[in-house]
This record gives sequence, structure tokens and C-alpha cells, in this order.
Amino acid sequence: MTTTALKQPVRETSPGAAREPRRRPGRIRRVTLPYLLLLPALLLELLVHLVPMAIGIVMSFKQLTQFYIRDWGTAPWNGFDNYKVSVDFDAPVGKALLQSFGITVGFTLLSVGLCWLIGTAAAVYMQDTFRGRGLLRALFLVPYALPVYAAVITWVFMFQHDNGLVNHVLHDQLHLTDKPSFWLIGDNSFYALLTVSVWKGWPFAFLIVTAGLQNIPRELYEAAALDGAGMWQQIRRITLPSLRPVNQVLVLVLFLWTFNDFNTPYVLFGKAAPEAADLISVHIYQSSFVSWNFGTGSAMSVLLLLFLLVVTGGYLLLTSRGRRASDA
Amino acid sequence: MRDTSLTAQRDSPMAPPRSFLWSRRVFLTLLAGFVLVPVYVMISSSLKPLADVTGRFRWLPSELTIRPYIDIWSTVPLAKYFVNSLIVAGAATVCSVVIAVFAAYAVSRYDFRGKRVFTVTVLSTQMLPGILFLLPLFLIYVNIGNATGIALFGSRGGLILTYLTFSLPFSIWMLIGYFDSVPRDLDEAALVDGCGPFGALFRIVVPAAIPGIVAVAVYAFMTAWGEVLFASVMTNDTTRTLAVGLQGYSTLYDVYWNQIMAASLVVSVPVVAGFLLLQRYLVAGLTAGAVK
Amino acid sequence: MRRIRAAAVGAVTLSLALAATACGGGSSTGGGSNDSPKTLTYWASNQGASVAVDKQVLQPELDKFEKQTGIKVKLEVVPWSDLLNRILTATTSGQGPDVLNIGNTWSASLQATGGLLSWDEKNFAKIGGKERFSDTALGSTGVQGKDPAAVPLYSMAYALYYNKKIFADAGISKPPATWDELIADGKKIKAKGKSVLGAEGANLSENIHHVFVFAKQHGADFFTADGKPDFTNPKVVEAVKSYVDLMAKDQVIPAGDAEYAQNQSVSDFAKGKQAMLLWQSAASNLKSQGMSQDAYGVAPVPVISGTPGAGTQVNSAVMGINIAVFKNTHNLDGATKFVKFMTSDAEQKILNTAYTSIPPVKAAQGDQAFNAPDTAVLRDTLAKSAAALPQVPAESQFETAVGTAVKELFADAAAGRAVTTDSVKAKLEKAQQQMPAA
Repeated sequence: MTTTALKQPVRETSPGAAREPRRRPGRIRRVTLPYLLLLPALLLELLVHLVPMAIGIVMSFKQLTQFYIRDWGTAPWNGFDNYKVSVDFDAPVGKALLQSFGITVGFTLLSVGLCWLIGTAAAVYMQDTFRGRGLLRALFLVPYALPVYAAVITWVFMFQHDNGLVNHVLHDQLHLTDKPSFWLIGDNSFYALLTVSVWKGWPFAFLIVTAGLQNIPRELYEAAALDGAGMWQQIRRITLPSLRPVNQVLVLVLFLWTFNDFNTPYVLFGKAAPEAADLISVHIYQSSFVSWNFGTGSAMSVLLLLFLLVVTGGYLLLTSRGRRASDA
Repeated sequence: MRDTSLTAQRDSPMAPPRSFLWSRRVFLTLLAGFVLVPVYVMISSSLKPLADVTGRFRWLPSELTIRPYIDIWSTVPLAKYFVNSLIVAGAATVCSVVIAVFAAYAVSRYDFRGKRVFTVTVLSTQMLPGILFLLPLFLIYVNIGNATGIALFGSRGGLILTYLTFSLPFSIWMLIGYFDSVPRDLDEAALVDGCGPFGALFRIVVPAAIPGIVAVAVYAFMTAWGEVLFASVMTNDTTRTLAVGLQGYSTLYDVYWNQIMAASLVVSVPVVAGFLLLQRYLVAGLTAGAVK
Repeated sequence: MRRIRAAAVGAVTLSLALAATACGGGSSTGGGSNDSPKTLTYWASNQGASVAVDKQVLQPELDKFEKQTGIKVKLEVVPWSDLLNRILTATTSGQGPDVLNIGNTWSASLQATGGLLSWDEKNFAKIGGKERFSDTALGSTGVQGKDPAAVPLYSMAYALYYNKKIFADAGISKPPATWDELIADGKKIKAKGKSVLGAEGANLSENIHHVFVFAKQHGADFFTADGKPDFTNPKVVEAVKSYVDLMAKDQVIPAGDAEYAQNQSVSDFAKGKQAMLLWQSAASNLKSQGMSQDAYGVAPVPVISGTPGAGTQVNSAVMGINIAVFKNTHNLDGATKFVKFMTSDAEQKILNTAYTSIPPVKAAQGDQAFNAPDTAVLRDTLAKSAAALPQVPAESQFETAVGTAVKELFADAAAGRAVTTDSVKAKLEKAQQQMPAA
């Protein structure tokens, strides 16, 4: 997604550019119309995202504890203290934040990677018709269509230590473990979280990639077949490179959603996530709502926002450049 | 499911090799298992008595009962939550799509100052951690309420406003791509024929981009349908949505697993059905936007 | 160039927005008013089997109140998972209920926000005077030496619930009075293939209530006299360790309980899988799960040695629900009247009977309904051997920080990792450093 790419055709064909001076009313309309069209979106973004974000940034410079929340205008300013606490990695608060950040990065990379891999593989395998394809495709969309709470609580049910399906299969039936494992507490919780996240997330990747496959011209495959390329080679040489632009958007969007996902860990673990699966969104929730310290919570959120801005900027820069190079 | 090819058929000039067929069989079987197991658990648990679901897991119910499907309506005012969710998600979807269509049309068809700022800002709101603006947003809604008398906190309106804005950035972003892929000559011809810009938008561009609009609508709906955090703070007894309301089955005394599963299924069926109906548009739709 | 300009425009917009909001923030509108004298909004906590049950219990009483005063009460039963968040957002925005229930352990924390009406002599006089309430219950209504932030509504205490049949089968003649006895009985119970004692290892509040009592029994406190956290005090460490050791070393609490957070241990007990349960006012809960009242007995929670009493013989936290008036209420008089109504002798009897809790109002305690053997244990515990959780503003953070530490220790124990004095101390040290500096 590059804005420059979008812009060029607009400029070239900008309707009636040459006639403008003569038709003043039309011109005014033409100038104001796009703004009018943007106005509702802009107002809403301002109201629900930007102004609250600005307030959040203000909060991050305040000592906003329970003593001041009732009238937070009077909360004392404390400069960069909230930030200092958050990034003081020798002290427990900073250390916990850093650890949570590391877990989140690892979790997000794994989850996005797996979602992408499974989604792409499924889409490629299902490119040709075969019996039962329609049914299978319908089935694959079910995880995306279930309400988050319903999906995650089912996994909670399955991950229970004493009565869950997972231990029943792994321990009672397959005898893979010498005693039932815990999935909702302790170290395994990371894998539990990852499983749920991938289960819920991959159908979206599957959808997008399936759609992307449609735009690959058939001639490419025919030409490759004439050259004697086999099925696997066709996938490697034609299918995957053609999916590049789709993947650029898909991976970024999946990354942002997974990184900020609150619903999944919250339903899975409740207010206090186990250390091994302490995702940053829940961590910040705990640091602000559960601990009643909205200043520190806001500071952490702002740091997170900065990180994501840098990552996204870098990502777009890198992938766009790569794309342009490969297009040339 | 009708198998009207959703993807372009690639009539392979060559029969797929064995290795491909085998790996496909194995992979898709495993994947279907992975997807199906929780779905099976939901369905089978919803038909078990409570003693069965709170005991050791068993693949086959010891006895089948439809009791949970009756009890769900009295344990929790499920119907009310369902209606609330439908209203909130439905209204958020409609508003989000309409607003996104306008914005995307502007970006796609006009050149104006600040366009870059707008697209970048819209993109960046996707990065905001929800927790950063939950409390401020609540404050804003309350202040708006105090100043104008429009009750946004605790009302469906506030929630609709919030959710529609959640899905707006991605929707705009996708729709710009779709609109760009609609040939410009078409709406210019309409303009020459005397349609205003809105005529061109609604008679030419929107019909041509229907798949994309459906895709965006589905996405907007699902975003609003599942959200937990904002709903838990911004709703009250009468406006609570399903995402939060379903938690009512884990009460102070017991977790009614069978009822949770039954209720989840009941509320999911209409959504999944609608989803599957729209599937062909969705798959056809997501591509154009994403490719850009 | 464009990029820079875009950034500049963005920065300007942002700072404008900042300026606009910095002026507008906050929302305190001082004390309450009497703008709408005919209605009240009441947030009740979830006390019964479900929100629906609570409505059935409360609505007839609210109707009675409306008949007496002409004030209509809009009831909302807020689930526990949302209650604190709802109160926090209400406090921040000034937009909330008129009257609300709070967990009595939150009293001091919420008092610090200034969002609740203080119950000074004058306000207490309006509801019949402070003397009507038992001192134990009043001990959990806010920081000592300050006017209470709330009024006791329901009182509860922990007791040891035991399954009579399992005890008989294992040849145990009377419920354990000390922890050593409990552990010894546990061996006999396990020999019969039943689990011994239930716990909610992943429930932060439950963890706190238990380690608090254990600390008391070890002669320690989580906070110093002047309200500073003192979690790494060797006696506190020892107390926390001995609680977790019930799973780790003595193995009376099954490992599976480490992930319980939704009262699964109560259902284990009700189903006869488990011999004992430490719970607060469990009668109505057990009944709803189909356990008949003569199937179980109720005894005081064990102590280290001797009999329950004050000091190191404490065997329960003072649990319960307080009723508070939101300072921003638009119907101050009505709200006060409503508190008076809810704490009246007659209503206290009705409500506490429905919830199998103990009335904090002395006059109502004598009623026959609270003289049954099981409620008598709870009543005596409250009267003689219960202590209030720390009444410090940071109580809520304490519950989160220490509760999480205990949850993690249970997870270690369940995974078979050693729980040592050092590992307990390390977790508590981390918890202590997460506490606010003030």
C-alpha cells in the first residue's frame, strides 16, 4: 500500500484540470468537495481516535493515580517520570514491561508467520477444483465468523487441566505425557495462546490469499507449463511472486491486529495473564485499570504506539522499495 | 455449498503430480481437523447435561439433552443481548461503509491538499492500543453528554460510534484500492452525461465495487460483533452486547459450560450463515483492494 | 518536502487537539445535589446464583421502597468482572449510579478517589447511627481514623465446609481444628481416592484472602503500621509459603486447582469429589448445585494451634459487601433514604437470609434465621476471630500484585517446580516493587 502508487493516476487524469479558471463556481465545488466527502470520516477519527489519543498522551505526563482520577485536571504533572519508570529495565516495572514486550514480539511473529503460512498453503492447495472444495472452504471460514468470546471460551474449555480435551487426547489416549499438563497457567500458556490465535487468525489470511490468486493471469501458468515447469515449480516461480503485493498488506495488517489484540488473551487468561503469555495489551491493562495507575499505563501505550509507528514506517519503506525494484 | 468457482479455475495444462496430490490430501485433512475439533466440542458439549461437561472430557455424550438450549434464555437475557449486538454491529457496519465509501471516493478520484496526511493518519490509527484511549473516550462521551444532552455513554449510540470508527481505517484503505481499480473513464462519462459527482459515485463506482464493499462490510461487522473491552465498560444492563453478555454463563456459583456452548452456537448460526452467503462476494472482493 | 509538510501539519493538529483537551479535562462537580428527587440508580453486586436470581431477590424490596417513599429505583446488577471497571470509569467521569455496592475490601481504595460520600456522624445519624452496626463490619469501611466511605450491607466470613460422608468413610470423627490435623486427615481421605481441600489458585482475590489469614496466624502483616508495604518480611514469606505448601509440600490441595478461577472448587465439593472447602457463606451456592444441607458440615477454619480468636488465632478475613453513595448523585436525600432502607432491621433479615450472609446490623443478627448451626459458625467467626484486610488506599493494587504472585507460585507448585523460601521471597519482592511509591 503506497500512497504514491495511488496518486499517480489521479494526477494524470484529474478531470477538467484545464478548464478550471473559467468555471469558478465549479472550481470551488471541486476544491471543497473532497473535503466534504472526507469530513465525516475525519470528524469520527478525531472524536474516537485522535482526540482521545491526545488526551492519553497528556495523561502519560501526569501522576494519574486513584487519588486524582476523579478530577484528573488537578493531577500533578510529573514530566517524564511515567516514561522513566516504564523504561527503567533494572526495576521490576520496566523489567516486566520489557519481558512482556519481548513475549509479544515473539508471539506476534510466530502467530502472523503461522497464519500466513497456513492460509497461503490452504489457498494454493485449493486453487484447483476437487470434490468437496466448496464444503471445505465454508468450513474454513467458521473460525473467523464465530464471536471472539465464543471461540476463545471453547478453547479454555478444551485446555482445562483436569477435564479438558487436550489433556484427554495427549495424556489419556496417546500417552504422550507422563502427567497431564497445564495449559492455562505456567509456561505452556504461551503455546495455548498461540494455538488459539492461529486458529482464529489464519482464515483471514486464507481469504485474502485466495482472492489474490484470482488475479494471476492464466497465461503465465500456461507459458510456464510450455517451458516444462512442473506443478511445484509453477507455485514457486509464478504463484508466490505474484502474491507479493497482497502479502505486503496482509502481513502488515495481521501484525498490527495481533500485536494489539486484547480480546484473545483477556478471555483466555482473565485479568492476570501467566508470565509466559503476558501480552503487552493485557499487561498495560493491568498496569492501568487493575492497578489504578492510568499515567503509567498511558506512558506504556504511547511507547507502544511509537514502536508500532517505527516498525510500520520501516516495513512500508522496505517493502515498497523492494517491490519497485522487482517491478522494474 | 454451491461450488461456483470462487477463484479463477486454473485448468492446469498438466495433471498435478502425485506428490502434490498427496501433500494436499494430508495437509487439508489435518487442517480440517484443527478447525473442526473445537467446533465439534462446541456442538457436543451444548448437548450434554452440566454434570457431563464439568466432569472428565468424553468424545461422545453419555446422554443427549436439549436442556441447555432451553436454559440459555433464562440464565442470561440472551435475546436482548443478541438484539443489542445486532443493532450495534449492524448500525456500525452501515455507517462505517457509507462513510468509508465517501472518503475513499474522495481520495481515489480527487487530488487535494492534505491527502497524504489523511491517508497516513488513517493508517496510523490502526496502531493505537485500545487501552490508551478507553478512558479518554469515556470522558469525551460523558462531556458531550453533559454539554449537549446526547447520551453516548452507556447507550448503543456511543458503542456504534466507537465501533464504526474502529473499522473505518481499514475500510477506507481497502476501498481506495477498489475504487482505483474501477476504470476512471466510466465515471467521467457519467459526469459528462450530467450526473453530479454523487451520481457518478452511486450509479457507476459503487455498483462496480460491490464485492469490495461487501468485504468491508463483513469486516466491519465482525469487528463490532466480537469486541469485549469497550463493551464491558460502555454498556449497562439494557445495552449490553453479546460479547460481554455471554460471560453471564460463568456465574458466581458455577460455569455453565454447556449453556455457554449452546448460546455461542445459537448466536453464531445466523452470523455464520450470513457470512457463507456473502462468501462469494467476499472472496471476489478482498482481492482488488489488497492488490493495490 | 511533502513528507515534512505533512509531518508539520500533523504536529500542529495534534497540539491543537492537546490544547483543547487539556483545558477541558476533568469533571468534578463537587458534591451531590437533589436535582432528580424521584429516581435513583442502584448498582448491585452479583450475590446470588446469577444476575437473574439477584433481580428476583432485590426487585420486590425496591418496590417496597418505592411504595414507602415514592422514589423509583433503577436496578442494575453488575457482574463482578465489570464492577470495579465500571466504578472507576464512573468516578473518572462523574457519571455513575446514585447508590452502589462495593466489595468491602475496596473501601479504602475507593475512599482515596474521593468519589464516594463520607459517612460522618451527621450522615450516620440519618440512617440510625453508627452504633447499629457491628464493629467488625465497620472495620472494613475505609482507612482507620477517617469517616467511613461506605456502610456495611452484608457480612461474610470463611468457614471450613466438609463432606460428612467422605469424613465417615475415611474414619475421621471431627473436622480438623488445626492445619496439622487437616494434613493428617488428608492422608486418610486420599487413601479413599478423594481429593482433600479445594482452592482457587488462579483467582487473585481468593489467594489474597487466604494468605492474609495465614500471615495473621504467623503473626505478620502485609503492611506496616503506617501503611507501607512489607511483603518481604520473613514472617510474611513464611506465611505465604505455608499456604502454597498446602499444594506443593503437603499435597492436600490438588495440583489441578492451580488453574481454578471460576469457583470450580465449589463444584468439586458439591459433587462429592473433594472432602473440604474453605469458602465464605457457601450454603446457597451448594444448595443450587444440588448438595443437600445435611450432606456437609460447617466448622471454623483451622488455625496453627489452639482455638480461633484474636491476633494469631484469626481464621478469616472480614468479608462482605458495603453500600455506598456516589458523591455525584443527583438525589442525595433519596440515596440516603435508600441506604437507610437497605440497612433497616427488616430488610437486613430478608436480604441476608436470601444470600445466606450475616447481617452487619446488630439488631438483625439475633434473628432465628441466623442461628442455624452453619450460620452460627460464620457469625461467631465474624464476632471473635475475623480481621479486616488492610485498610490502605493501595489495597486494590495489593490484591493484584500479591494475588498474582500467589497465582504464579501455585503454577510453579502444580508444574512440580520447587517452592522455596527464596522463590516465594523473589515473587513477593517483585510484587512489592509494583506497589505505588506513596
